[in-house]
Amino acid sequence: MITAIAIMALGAVVLGALLGYASIKFKVEGDPLVEKIEAILPQTQCGQCGYPGCRPYAEAINKGEADINLCPPGGMEGVQRLADLLGREVKPLDAEEKPKAVAFIDEQTCIGCTLCIQACPVDAIIGAAKQMHTIVADLCTGCELCVPPCPVECISMPVIGENLDNWKWKYPVIELKKVA
Amino acid sequence: MLSLFKFKGGVKPQTNKTQSVSEPIAVAPLPSRLFVPLHQSIGGTPQPLVQAGDHVLKGQMIGAADGWISSAVHAPTSGSVRAVAEHIAAHPSGLTTLSVEIEPDGKDEWGERTPIDHGAMAPETVRERLREAGVVGLGGAVFPTHGKLTASKTVPMEELVINGAECEPFITCDDLLMRERAEEVIRGVGIFRDLLQPKRVLIGIEDNKPEAVAALQAAVAKLGEHFEVVAVPTRYPAGGAKQLIRVLTGKEVPAAKRSTDLGVQCFNVATAWTAWRAVAHGEPVVSRIVTLTGNVEKPRNWEALIGTPLAEFVKLGAPKADTNGYLMGGPMMGFEMPAMDAPLVKATNCIIAGSPTLFPPKAPEMPCIRCGECAKVCPHELQPFEMYWFSRAHNFGKTQEYHIFDCIECGCCSFVCPSRIPLVQYFRFAKSEIWAREKEKNAADQAKARFEWKTAREEREKAEKAEKLAKAAAAQAAKKAAEAAAAAVAPAGNEPPPAGEPAPTGAPSTNAASANASPVAVAVTANDAAPLDAEAAKKAAIAAALERARAQRAAVAPKNTDHLTAAQAREIAAVDALRQQTGLEAAPPADNGETKP
Repeated sequence: MITAIAIMALGAVVLGALLGYASIKFKVEGDPLVEKIEAILPQTQCGQCGYPGCRPYAEAINKGEADINLCPPGGMEGVQRLADLLGREVKPLDAEEKPKAVAFIDEQTCIGCTLCIQACPVDAIIGAAKQMHTIVADLCTGCELCVPPCPVECISMPVIGENLDNWKWKYPVIELKKVA
Repeated sequence: MLSLFKFKGGVKPQTNKTQSVSEPIAVAPLPSRLFVPLHQSIGGTPQPLVQAGDHVLKGQMIGAADGWISSAVHAPTSGSVRAVAEHIAAHPSGLTTLSVEIEPDGKDEWGERTPIDHGAMAPETVRERLREAGVVGLGGAVFPTHGKLTASKTVPMEELVINGAECEPFITCDDLLMRERAEEVIRGVGIFRDLLQPKRVLIGIEDNKPEAVAALQAAVAKLGEHFEVVAVPTRYPAGGAKQLIRVLTGKEVPAAKRSTDLGVQCFNVATAWTAWRAVAHGEPVVSRIVTLTGNVEKPRNWEALIGTPLAEFVKLGAPKADTNGYLMGGPMMGFEMPAMDAPLVKATNCIIAGSPTLFPPKAPEMPCIRCGECAKVCPHELQPFEMYWFSRAHNFGKTQEYHIFDCIECGCCSFVCPSRIPLVQYFRFAKSEIWAREKEKNAADQAKARFEWKTAREEREKAEKAEKLAKAAAAQAAKKAAEAAAAAVAPAGNEPPPAGEPAPTGAPSTNAASANASPVAVAVTANDAAPLDAEAAKKAAIAAALERARAQRAAVAPKNTDHLTAAQAREIAAVDALRQQTGLEAAPPADNGETKP
């Protein structure tokens, strides 16, 4: 009787020590799921989801505070991928899906107030006080955060159309032909 | 005789080459307009050097190479630039690209041509010349040739392979070039040989072109070179760079490696010819030999100017009435030209007029029956049926596991598929989707990094500001304490400062020091003295503030009298003397006011 208890106790101690050691040795820093969610988000930092940036939104999704369909730049594809990752239901996007655009400053109208520079989350606007500003198109994420602060409404968001650089081969479509 | 190797797979489609080889190469007449796209090679898009209204001479550079992997573009004939604008590109998408529209003046007048002796030049100069002359791979990939002509420092260059295989059906432009201009081709190969210093030079030609083999062998003998001209078995795609290297050298280029890693470099025969023209004649690439064949009355090879609109070019062959489209390239890898005003470019080796009888419309796609024929013919030993399922299902990760990026899109799998599945189209779709995603991912990563930088910077700035404010507040507090201390010390010494007379300048700072050293003691004395001499303390504080203000003003005052020449010093002394005489010096504040801007 005593031996049995001793063996069980010993087992408990040994296994407990093992588990305790493993939990220290193989500790995972941070929450890997947040990283995975963030990797899916488009990093426009636009705040259209209601959170100040992609990281806070990813954290909110992870905590279950936010829905997965709040990111318009990510589009339906982003929702799909988040749903696949998190095992949640695919929901229609909570906003209109817009084609990708970049900001454009009308340099004739710009007064050099620097307000858009402060608003840009990715430092894609160059300029100085009372000097004309301009957008570095390659860095612009199309978040539209620079549009509302502009006092003279000189920033527009032209859509990037299809060009030879971003053209893609289409999915081979089977043509349907009308029979008689 | 060299023993040849085999590559796996491949197909033997009907070659259809005899139609266009009966006539020699002819020079195409000048078209009424030329549309020269600026971006014709892999790499950076050349910058336009001309604008509407400019007059250009034949061979004048109109687009300067942008970056090292980029190639210049030249005016194909003399004439005037009508516009530098978007024009439809020779591309399956039918999209536009920045092009220079030239109206020929009919004189076809060459600009300055400066031949160089490549043997006497540094290799860099020769490479630079090829870059300036717009020499690119004319086999179809249009990779800038100079970029391939630097010998690797780590791997010794073993073989230089010259590709004259021309395995695609219908195309005969390289065949005719080798027959008619064999000597210049061999001289061009000589340039590549001199730059790369390989141990052997192998020229591979498919054995269905015996005339070309004979012509090149004769030219090699005549020039006394030691190049080996080898007839390789006719089997599509023997003209693929990796396949030809395999056949001639037995070396198999592994995935994600280049042939240069194995000491092999490969060039097309037409590239060698243009390289010779560029070096020995100073002629940039302004034209190329294009096979016009298919459903036309007069199939033959034309030396056509780059930028010739398709409509004007095909008229030379008199297309038959039932022609319903034009393919650029061969029937295996080519694509349908999007419009009749799309121009010929450096990559255009062949234009095939299509008709319903020549290329009957494909019967509808049927389900894959897993017969494995596609895997049998794949020259890269891939499994096209697996890649097809995953591409079709948008499962791009899996397609990459099956090495979709090793696919050279040769079209063998689509050719043999009994279910008529357009396999290559699925692979192209999957590849471009993967590329687009990769690009998006990189852009997102960059945006994230920039956002994090910005956030960090803003936080740092905020912290710096807060620190500054705290410092200023602390200084203010210390000053106040010091003044209070000074006020307390003054009555203790029984010497109240007479009103109006400023306190000694040194006093506040010494007091501040003592205040810093023992703030508690100072506070205590100040508290003790305060009720007694509140009035005196206030006065002392005011006096100290006045003194501080004066010191500050003195510090701010302009110091343009520091480095003076003797003459300037004398002048100033004279003015000062004058001032003293008139009594101006008596009012120093007024003086300050004058000198301030």
